[in-house]
Amino acid sequence: MTVKYEKTKGLTDKPLSYCPGCTHGIVHKLVGESLVELDILDRAIAIASVGCSVFSYQFFNCDAQQAPHGRACAEATGIKRVLPDNIVFTYQGDGDLASIGIAETIHAANRGENITVIFINNAIYGMTGGQMAPTSLIGQKTTTSQDGRNQADHGNPIKISEMFKTIEGVAYLERVAVNNPKNVIRAKKAIKKAFKYQKEKRGFTMIEVLSSCPVNWGMKPVDALKWIESDMIPNYPLGVFKDKGADDEKN
Amino acid sequence: MPKGKLTFDHERCKGCGLCVEYCPQKILYQDKKTLNDSGYNIVSVSEPDKCIGCAFCAMMCPDSVIKVEVDK
Repeated sequence: MTVKYEKTKGLTDKPLSYCPGCTHGIVHKLVGESLVELDILDRAIAIASVGCSVFSYQFFNCDAQQAPHGRACAEATGIKRVLPDNIVFTYQGDGDLASIGIAETIHAANRGENITVIFINNAIYGMTGGQMAPTSLIGQKTTTSQDGRNQADHGNPIKISEMFKTIEGVAYLERVAVNNPKNVIRAKKAIKKAFKYQKEKRGFTMIEVLSSCPVNWGMKPVDALKWIESDMIPNYPLGVFKDKGADDEKN
Repeated sequence: MPKGKLTFDHERCKGCGLCVEYCPQKILYQDKKTLNDSGYNIVSVSEPDKCIGCAFCAMMCPDSVIKVEVDK
C-alpha cells in the first residue's frame, strides 16, 4: 500500500480553529500542499489577516506575521522588499481585502509587488458575527441586512477579480471555488501556479477562492457548498482573468 | 481486495459530513453513537471493501482527518 493522500507537511499539527465544514481548512491544505510540492516551504512567509483566518499563522508550517486589519498587502510588500528571495503570501478574507484593505491591495497590485494573495470570498463577515460584506450578494440576508441586501441602499457586490483584471502589475489572477472535488483540484492548480509565478518573479498574483461560511449563512456544511454552486458561482463566474505567462508565450 | 484503505484521525474530526456527501461509493457514514473528545460524531466506513481509493473524502475534509492508502 502506498500513501495517496495524507495531512500535508505544509500545515502544523495544531487543530484548525474554524467551524465544522468551513472551507478555510480546504484552502489551508491547498496552500500547504503547493508550498511543499514547489519545495519553497522553508523560505515561505505567510501574512495572516484579521478575520476568521487571524490564527492562520499558527497553522501554516512556515514563518508568519499577522497584519492589522486590511494591511496584509502593505506588510507583505515590506517583507518581500527586504527579503526578496523569500516567498511571501497573504491569506485574507473578503471583509479584510475587499473592504478595509482594498486600497493596500490595489496599490500593491498596481506596483506589481512580487507577492501572492490568497483571497477567501465567502460573501459575509465571518468572525464578527455574519455582517454584510462588500461581496454579499443582492438579496442575501445577513445580520446587518435582515431583509436581504438591496442595490439601492447597499450598492452592488464588489467583483474583485473583474476589477483587478485591469491593473497592469497583475501577473496571474484566477477565481476558483472549493465546493466539490473537481473544483478543489482546479483550485490547487491555480494556487500552485500563483506560487510558481512568484518564484519566477513575474509580479503580483492573486487567487480568489469562493468559500463557504455555514454558520453565518445558517446552513448545514453540505448545503452551504451547494449554495456556492447555485448562487455564488452565477454571480462570481470562475475562470482565469489574467495570465501574463500564457500571454508571453503567445507573443 | 479493496483498492483503497482509509485511516481516520478521529480526534481532529468536527463531524461536518463533507466526506460522507462526496464519497462516490457512498460507503462513509456518521457514527451517531460515537463521539470524540470534542463532542462531535465521528465518521466511519460501512463497507471498506468497496473503497476505490479516489481520495475525494480526504480532499474535501477541511481538517485533514483522513489518510488514504492505495494498492499500486
